[in-house]
Amino acid sequence: MRRWFSHTSAAPPGCVEGTAAGGRRPRAVATVGLATGAEHPREAPLSIHDMTVAYQQRPVLWDVDYDAPEGSLVGIVGPNGAGKSTLLKAVLDLVPKASGRVMFYGQPYRRQRALVGYVPQRESIDWDFPVSALDVVLMGRYGRIGWFRPVTRAHRLAALDALARVGLADLARRQISQLSGGQQQRVFLARALAQEARVYLMDEPLASVDATTERTIIAILRELRDEGRTVLVVHHDLQTVPEYFDHVLLLNTRVVAHGPTARTFTAENLRKTYGGRLTLLEEAAHALAQRGGGAPA
Amino acid sequence: MFEFIENVARYPFLQHAVAAGLLASVACGVVGTYVVVRRITYIAGGIAHCVLGGIGIARYLNIEHGWTWLTPLGGATVAAIIAALLIGWVSLRAKEREDTIISALYAVGMATGVLFIQITTGMATDLQSYLFGNILLVTPQQIWMIGVLNAVIVGAGLLFYKQLLAVCFDEEFARLRGVPVELFYLLLLCLAALTVVLLSSVVGIILVIALLSLPAAVAGFFCRSLWQMMISATLLCTLFVIGGLWTGYSLNLLAGPTIIVWAGGSYLLVTAARAAGRLRRA
Repeated sequence: MRRWFSHTSAAPPGCVEGTAAGGRRPRAVATVGLATGAEHPREAPLSIHDMTVAYQQRPVLWDVDYDAPEGSLVGIVGPNGAGKSTLLKAVLDLVPKASGRVMFYGQPYRRQRALVGYVPQRESIDWDFPVSALDVVLMGRYGRIGWFRPVTRAHRLAALDALARVGLADLARRQISQLSGGQQQRVFLARALAQEARVYLMDEPLASVDATTERTIIAILRELRDEGRTVLVVHHDLQTVPEYFDHVLLLNTRVVAHGPTARTFTAENLRKTYGGRLTLLEEAAHALAQRGGGAPA
Repeated sequence: MFEFIENVARYPFLQHAVAAGLLASVACGVVGTYVVVRRITYIAGGIAHCVLGGIGIARYLNIEHGWTWLTPLGGATVAAIIAALLIGWVSLRAKEREDTIISALYAVGMATGVLFIQITTGMATDLQSYLFGNILLVTPQQIWMIGVLNAVIVGAGLLFYKQLLAVCFDEEFARLRGVPVELFYLLLLCLAALTVVLLSSVVGIILVIALLSLPAAVAGFFCRSLWQMMISATLLCTLFVIGGLWTGYSLNLLAGPTIIVWAGGSYLLVTAARAAGRLRRA
C-alpha cells in the first residue's frame, strides 16, 4: 500500500483520468498493493508494475503499469512535468520509488546493468571536464573492461567504432568542451552504444540539437530497433512522433495510453494527455493530418 | 639560483625541504586534480581548517600528558580524516544546509586548535609554523611519514582511477554502472584530507587550499585529459615549491607564503594571457 497517498483514493493533482490503451483502467488505490504482477511477461525487455514515485509527498508518477515490446522504438510523450524523465530515472533506481516493481527481462535492474544503456539529458554533466570524446565513450565499456584492468586496444577500437557510428570519428581526441551541443549529445549516445546494451533509455536526445544530429540520432535509433534492441526515448516534439516512433507511451503523471503509434497517437488520447493546452493539440492534429496517422482531431 | 643549488647540496635542512616539497607535489598533482574537477575545493578548505584542532589536541596531549607517541602530524592526520568523513556525510545527507554546516565545522575546528594551543605550554610560538608552514624545519622522520602518506594517497588515487573519474565526471552514470558512489566520494574526501596534511607541512593549513587547487587549476587550462592534468599539476606544484623555496631563501622570506605567491601569480598570469588571447582573436 502506498503510504504517501493512503489517505485518499482520488487521483493525484494534474492526473488525467483517461483510459489506458488496451482496455487497461486505472487501478483503485485500495487494490494496488495486492497486485502480483503475474500479468507481466517475464521476457519483456522492460516491465513496470504499479510504479508510483513522489517528491516530498507530491506524486510525480502514479500507478504506472507498462511492458515495453521487444525490438520497438518507443516515444515517451507528455507535457512538461508529466514525469517522463522521472520515469526513466525511477526504472533505473536513480530516484526512489514509493511503490511498484521494475524488471528488465524478468530481473531487477541491479542484476541486468550490462543489458541496459542510458542516455541522460545533456545538461546533467560538466562539459568543461578534462576528458576527450573517446574517454567518455570508453566509460561505456567500463563494465566489460573491468574496474581494475587497463583499457585494451580492442575496447579502444570498440569505442572508436561507436564514435564513428555517430559521425564523430574525427573528433575522438577533442576535449568535450570543444564540441558543439549536438556533438556532445552524440558523444553521450556513442557512450551508450559502446555498452552494447539490449535496452536503451534516452532522455530527450533530440532536444536542442541541429538537423544533422537529429538525422544521425534517428538513423541510429532505427538501426538499434532493427537489430532487435528496445529503445525508449523521451520526446517533446509532437509533430515528429508519428514519423520517428512505432510505439508511444503517453504520460501525464499516470499512463494515459500506450501502444502502436498509428493506433495510440490519436487526438483523443493527446487531449487526455495534454488537457486544455490547445496549441499543442493543434500542432499534433496538424502533424497527424499531414502524415495521415491516427484519428483526426 | 646557482647559489641556491649549491646550498641545497651543502645543507641537509634544505635537502629535507626539497624532498618534502617534491613528495607533496605528487599527491598535490593527483588529488588536487580530482578536487578541482569535482569542484570541492571549499570542502577541502573546510578539512584544512579542522586540521588545526587535531594539531592542537595532539600537542596538548603530547606536552601536558606525556603522550610522546602522538605527534602533531599524527593528530593532524586523524583530525583530517574525521573532518573529511563528517563533512562528507553532511555533504551527502544535508545538501540544503551544506555550506552553513561546513563553515561552522571548520570554524569550530580552528577554534578548538587555538584553545588547545593557548593552554599548552610553549606552543604559541609554534602557531605560525602550523598556520603558514615551515618547510625548512621538516625533519627526516617527517619526510618518512610524508613518504608513506604520499604512497597511500597516490596509490589509492591511481588504483581507483576509473571509479573516481566516473564519480567526478558523471555521478549518475557511475551509479548506473554499479559504482558505490557515496563510498568513493568519501574516499576522495579522505584522500583530499591526507593531501591537506601533507601540504600543510609545506605551506601551513591557512594556505594549503591554494597549493592543492592552483596547480591543478593552471593545468586545467591546457590539458585535455585527467591523467595529463595530474602530471602537469604535479610538475607545476614542484615548480611552485622549488621556486618559492629559492625566492624565500634568497630574500629571507617565509617559504610557505612565497610558494603560494608563485602559485597565485602563475594562475593570474595564465588567466590574463588567455583573456588577452581571446581578445586578440575576437
